[in-house]
Order: sequence, then structure tokens, then C-alpha cells
Amino acid sequence: MDVIAWSRIQFAMTAAYHWLFVPLTLGLALVMAVMETIYVIKKDDFWKKTAQYWMKLFAINFAVGIATGIILEFEFGTNWSNYSWFVGDMFGAPLAIEGILAFFMEATFFAVMFFGWDRVSKRFHLVSTWLTGIGATISAFWILVANGWMQNPVGTTFNPETVRSEMASAQAFWEVVSNPVAISKFFHAITSGWVTGGVFVVGISCWYLLKKRQRKFARASILIGSIVGIVGSFAVMLSGDASGVHAAEFQPMKLAAAEGLQDGGRRASFTIVPGIKIPGMLSILATHNINGYVPGINDILNGYTDNEGNEIPSVAEKMAMGREALIALSIYRSTDDPSEKAEARYALEENVQYMGYGHLEKPEDVIPPVGVVFWAFRFMIGLGMLLLLELLVIGWLAWKDKLAGKRWLMIAAIVCIPLVYICGQAGWIVAEVGRQPWTIQGLLPVNVAISSLSAGAVKTTFFVFLAIFTLFLVIEIRILIGAIKKGPETPKE
Amino acid sequence: MKTFRQSVSAVWHFYRDSFRNMTWGRPLVWLILLKVFILFAILRVFFFKPAMAGLSDEERSRIVGERIAGRQPEAGEPVPGPETYLP
Repeated sequence: MDVIAWSRIQFAMTAAYHWLFVPLTLGLALVMAVMETIYVIKKDDFWKKTAQYWMKLFAINFAVGIATGIILEFEFGTNWSNYSWFVGDMFGAPLAIEGILAFFMEATFFAVMFFGWDRVSKRFHLVSTWLTGIGATISAFWILVANGWMQNPVGTTFNPETVRSEMASAQAFWEVVSNPVAISKFFHAITSGWVTGGVFVVGISCWYLLKKRQRKFARASILIGSIVGIVGSFAVMLSGDASGVHAAEFQPMKLAAAEGLQDGGRRASFTIVPGIKIPGMLSILATHNINGYVPGINDILNGYTDNEGNEIPSVAEKMAMGREALIALSIYRSTDDPSEKAEARYALEENVQYMGYGHLEKPEDVIPPVGVVFWAFRFMIGLGMLLLLELLVIGWLAWKDKLAGKRWLMIAAIVCIPLVYICGQAGWIVAEVGRQPWTIQGLLPVNVAISSLSAGAVKTTFFVFLAIFTLFLVIEIRILIGAIKKGPETPKE
Repeated sequence: MKTFRQSVSAVWHFYRDSFRNMTWGRPLVWLILLKVFILFAILRVFFFKPAMAGLSDEERSRIVGERIAGRQPEAGEPVPGPETYLP
């Protein structure tokens, strides 16, 4: 494997590891905030103990997950230095806001939430608990603004002097923040965290029921966990629908790969699994119109007319325009003749949206690994539906207090804990592998984004990380299991 | 001023007493400190030196510009049109 492959695998591993902790932080934050709210309203100590227990698991997850995102920033500077320079001006604002908010909101209110029981007023403590979760959510928003821009780079202008994508005005900043891809990604990621939190709480609570321990606590937790998870699941579907429409609009190749769609058309079918299709469904999902046109991989390669009547150039034509942009950039940066510079700048601005295509060797380079994206998409949807079913059934039975004796269902709920993580990781594979070969859609392919490093150097750090991550994960799981075995401090039944 | 000092003092005592009285949370704090040490004192220093550390912005622009543009054209070299690249 070359340096690009090792750098990508290392980044994927780090991001996947980081995403083990983030969704549970987001989901448990909501679960415990709801529980503490019930405590404050009902003034019932049972709910306080229940909230405290989930807060303990939240704290363990938080402690092991903290700073795992910083490693991604290390990798930007070392492995992806061209990319880092290219996006530095644009990423600066969102990531600075994220850092400040993450540090001040989470650190301040987490401390009050964690240490402040019986030391600050009930209401202030409750506000702190909510603000801890809101802080984590806002923090995620800014990260997803940055990620959303990479999928759909709006609001910025390429500056050939600095070789950066820059935000020229407050209006540009607003365009970046309100990027529809970022908004749908934000809601999709956050609400998938609610599902993770819900499934986690339901699964752990079912373990107590299986062990015939803490039945009141377990039933109450299942009710709250399943409500949070069910609400999250429906919100994930809505935001996923928006993501599909945005993929069709801004990243049609990703959608075509996720569907394994070679040749598109109107009334395009949605493939459940190879051989089983729902006619017209893909057109509905991608365009909200059964007669909507969905391009396939070959249509994108050869050019097509979109639903607004725009002629989309073939990839070969985009490559030609991209190479014109690169040559214009080269001339602009090397000449001192003002008229030649002006001419080069004009040529660059005319073609800059396809600049990244100038680096491709052949049109087929724009096709991501179809099999990986296709199956990751099916795992994500299939597992998502299964988890919703699990939450509905167990939530309903807990509501009716008919869970007792349903041993297989409780075991299934425990099995669902790893499944919800696989579901979330599959979603990110669709999003990130599906946009290959781009780091920034249409502007910067991965082979240009990378630093001049040897594959051996990246390989070494990959295995160093792998060892450290595995160690910390084992420590976390051990501490978590210890806390779960010990159980909550609610009265035993 | 007094109120400000009292507030700062209250916050300081809140954190100090909280950390002193920690029970099951204490290993977590050590875990965080260990991790931060590994991240910043080992990985950052020995394995993750920024590739363009110590360079000025102009030098960074030049390096990335050369990488992105791919090559410097010869003086007077004609700019090829799209037909050059179309299959």
C-alpha cells in the first residue's frame, strides 16, 4: 500500500474510534437530562439516583473519548498538510468556535453536573446537565459545518495568491454555516447519537432485568431510553431523507455508488438487496418526485441533463476544464506580467469549480468503491430499522409492564448495543468513502491533499495509534463493565 | 471587587474540594491525564510533527501551489484547450 492508502486508513481508524464515544455522549446527555428533569419536577429521589447512574457511565465514556478528536487535527498537519493549508482559512472559524465552546461549555457545566449534586441548587444543576449536552451538540455542529463544506464547498473563493479557499465576507460565513449539506448532516449525526444513547440504556437495563436486579430502575430507564431512541430514529429518517436529496443534488456519484446504479433514469428503482427492487422509490427518495431523474454512474461519466434542465458536463470535459484551471493557476503564480496575470486569473475563475478534476488520470477515477458504499448503506438502513423495531417492542412491553419472562428479547436488546455502533460507523462509511476520490468535492482529490511523506512513517504511526486506541478501549470497557456490575444506588428489589 | 473575589474563591474551592473528594472518578482523571500526556508529550513531539512547521505563509503557499498546479509552465508555452484532453 502507498502513502495515500496508509494515510486514509489511519484517518479512517482515528475518526471511527472518535465516533465510538461521540454518539453515546450525545445520547446519554439527553437521557440523563430527561431523567433529572423528572426528578426536579417530581421531587422523587429515585429519579435522582437513576440520573446519577447514567451520569456515571456518561462520565466514563466522556473521559475515554475526550481529546480523541485532537488526534485527527495532528493528522491534518502531518499527513494532510496540503489539504490543511488549502482549507485553513475556511476551517479556522468553525473549529475555533468549536474549541472554545467545547472547552468552556462542556468543561464548566460538566464539572457542575458531575460535582455539583447537593452543592448547587437543583435548578442550577439541572440547567448544567442540559447545557453539558447542548454544549456537546453545538460542538458537533461546528465540526459538521467543516465536514459539510468538504462535501459541498459553498461560500468560499479560491485565492490563487495564497492557494487557499477563503471566506471573503460575513455573508460567506453565513453561506458556510447554512450549507444545506452541513445542516442535514448535523441533524443526522446528532439524532443518530440519540438512537445510540437509547439503545445503550435499553440494553444495559435489560441486562439488569435478566439478572433480576434493580427492576424498577431498569423499567424506568427502558421507558426513557426507548422514547429517546424512538424519537431519535424518526428524526434520523427525516434527516436521512434530506441527506439523500442533498447527495442527489451535490454528490450524485455518492448516491449512484450507494445504490450501485450503473444507468440512471426517471422512475429509478431503489435496490433493497441485489435482485429485490422497489420501482420508482429511488426517484422519490432522491428528488421527492416519482418522475425525478436520478443519474447512474455511466450518466455521470458521460454527462446528463439534471432535473432543472442544466447540462452537466461529462467527467472528461470536467477534467479538461480542471486542467485549464491548473495551468491558469500555474501561469498566474509564475508570471509578473500584469496582463498575462489578469488573463490567467480569468481563466482560473472560469474553471475553478472543476479544478480538482485536473488531477485525475482518467474519468473512472471519480467512481468510489461501489461495493463498500453499497453494502455500508444497506447495513446502515437495515440495522437502523431493526433497532427501531427493538425500541418499539421493548418500549411498549416496558410501558405495559410485560417484559418479565421475555428472556430472548432482553438478550436481543443487549446484542443491539454493538449493532447500534456498527450502524453509526456504516453511516460514516457511506458519507466518507462515498465521496472518494475527493477530500473537497471537485476541488481537491486525496492524492494532492497529502503531505510528502514515506508510507513507512504513516504505517508506524498507524500501528502506534492502533496499540494505544486498543489499550484505552479495553480500559474503558473494563471500567464500564465494573460500573454496570456495581449497579445504581437505587433501592434493590 | 469583593464580590468578584468571593466568586473566584467559591469557584476555586468548588473545584479543589470536588477533586479532593472524588471516589470512583479519580481513576478517570488519571486516565485523562495519562492520555493527554501520551498525546502531547509523545505522539505530537515524536510522531506528528506538522509537515510544514517553521515555514512562513509565503513558503506554504508556494509549496502547496506547486503541488496543486503540478508544474511550472515554460515561458510562452501555449495554454492547451479542452480538445487536448478530451478522449
